[in-house]
Amino acid sequence: MEQLLSQIINGVQVGTIYALIALGYTMVYGIVKLINFAHGDLIMVGSYVAYLSIVHYQVPFPAAFLLAMLVCGSLGVLMDRIAYKPLRARPRLYALITAMGVSLFLEHGARNLPFIGPSFRRFPDVFPTQNYVLTGSVTVTNIQLFNVAVAVALMALLQYVIKYTRVGMAMRAASQDPDAARLMGINVDRVIATTFAIGGMLAGAAGVLLAVAYPRLSPYMGIVPGLKAFVAAVFGGIGSIPGAMVGGLIMGVVETLATAVYSQVAEGVFFVILIAVLLFRPAGLLGQPTVEKA
Amino acid sequence: MLLQVVDLHVYYDSIHALQGVSMDVDRGEVVTLIGANGAGKSTTLRAISRLIPTRSGRILLDGQDLLGMPAHAVAEHGISHVPEGRRVFPQMTVRENLLLGAYTRFQKARVDRALETVYGHFPVLRERRGQLAGTLSGGEQQMLAMGRGLMSEPRILLLDEPSMGLAPILVEQIYQIIREISREGATILLVEQNAHMALSVAQRGYVLETGRIVLAGRAKDLAANQAVQEAYLGGAAGS
Ligand SMILES: Nc1ncnc2c1ncn2[C@@H]1O[C@H](COP(=O)(O)OP(=O)(O)OP(=O)(O)O)[C@@H](O)[C@H]1O
Ligand SMILES: [Mg+2]
Repeated sequence: MEQLLSQIINGVQVGTIYALIALGYTMVYGIVKLINFAHGDLIMVGSYVAYLSIVHYQVPFPAAFLLAMLVCGSLGVLMDRIAYKPLRARPRLYALITAMGVSLFLEHGARNLPFIGPSFRRFPDVFPTQNYVLTGSVTVTNIQLFNVAVAVALMALLQYVIKYTRVGMAMRAASQDPDAARLMGINVDRVIATTFAIGGMLAGAAGVLLAVAYPRLSPYMGIVPGLKAFVAAVFGGIGSIPGAMVGGLIMGVVETLATAVYSQVAEGVFFVILIAVLLFRPAGLLGQPTVEKA
Repeated sequence: MLLQVVDLHVYYDSIHALQGVSMDVDRGEVVTLIGANGAGKSTTLRAISRLIPTRSGRILLDGQDLLGMPAHAVAEHGISHVPEGRRVFPQMTVRENLLLGAYTRFQKARVDRALETVYGHFPVLRERRGQLAGTLSGGEQQMLAMGRGLMSEPRILLLDEPSMGLAPILVEQIYQIIREISREGATILLVEQNAHMALSVAQRGYVLETGRIVLAGRAKDLAANQAVQEAYLGGAAGS
């Protein structure tokens, strides 16, 4: 029982990080109907930005965190501008394949940069680990608390922006009907850029949180969490913001529990649940059933 | 002239959808553009609001050329296009849809006033303000689309088949409101297949046939015109 509780705490930590990443996938998909396969690599970029600024430039951690978000947000916009925007009027497959190319470019680009390099880097301890006893042998670390608190705060902020601000209204409108949004006077190109910026910032934040929890950095570190977050977004209903949050959380908890029970099949368990959900709800847990337009 | 369209040509790939359309709308007028299925009515409106590119021709709003502008800038300049098929934002509430109609207007007092005006014309929208637009009935969605179009207090309203798919009593209600806003001074370009209703509210009209204007004149004269009656009014003079 106590074992279970510990694992759930762990799973929530990972799950909120997956949720941050899944949000970028789902928001971008919601507006340009593109699975941005390079999104996961922004996690890697975010953790290296924080790593380099802390280790080489003695930047304080909070500033390094914000810098990582900023760089990844800009990189998200740049990615769209250079690689995806010119293909907007083409069949969707073009941009999808391009996204894979962008992903490889970022991974191998990072690998070949001397200060990132092919070898693993260790993310510095930003604060000394402390354990708080909840009950009996169940403990929670300050790192877990910090990670969950930051992720939840970012998601609450996002939810507020989407729901109550002018920019958020424009984002929702443009994802529901881009032409109608244009008729309202919404600059849809700018809304798309904003969406890539927000998605990138969240991925950057996720990268730093991930590095704090699992301080081993490599140029390929974004692939697996990126893939899992993508699956979480599909599970929650691609295009749905609450779906990405719930999907990420469930993904994290299920994966952690499954690993604790029988680590050999852990990765498979979530996929079994995913398939089951998609069989009964093809649009995902919270997705809107839609008719695919050509 | 508030809106002038001069020799407009539009292609969809190799389909020559508009073949030199010219028309104009004066301030305070209701002008209708009637024509059969596929004549190019919606295409004309979509070209005016810059949703689709044009091959050649000119579109002037108060003398200013709109051709170089993206669609969102055209909306900002005061053209409000209520598209065919309503196109409300289904996952947003009625109130959010209306506020999006005033997206280009920044003064809160003005937006609040416009909201009150729209609720005045369409009391049902006030009742349903918290409901998701996608769950409204067809008639309510049409009212929402029109209300949303009025929220920016546009210089000209482009209405694309507001009566499409509605029961006669609802069509009557929608046209009553078109008369109301026209009386209050609105300028309207009204596209319709329902020529009878359209000619009853408009002062002038144009008849579009396969991408060309084939007739133009006062609404009264068009309604009395033999060819128009045969093609668009079921052969009998409107009752
Ligand atoms: N997106 C498109 N791609 C290709 N052809 C199109 C497209 N939209 C319209 N057309 C063609 O252009 C012509 C004019 O269409 P348009 O929609 O403007 O007609 P309409 O007068 O509005 O008809 P309706 O009364 O049925 O709405 C038609 O022949 C139509 O098939
Ligand atoms: Mg039409």
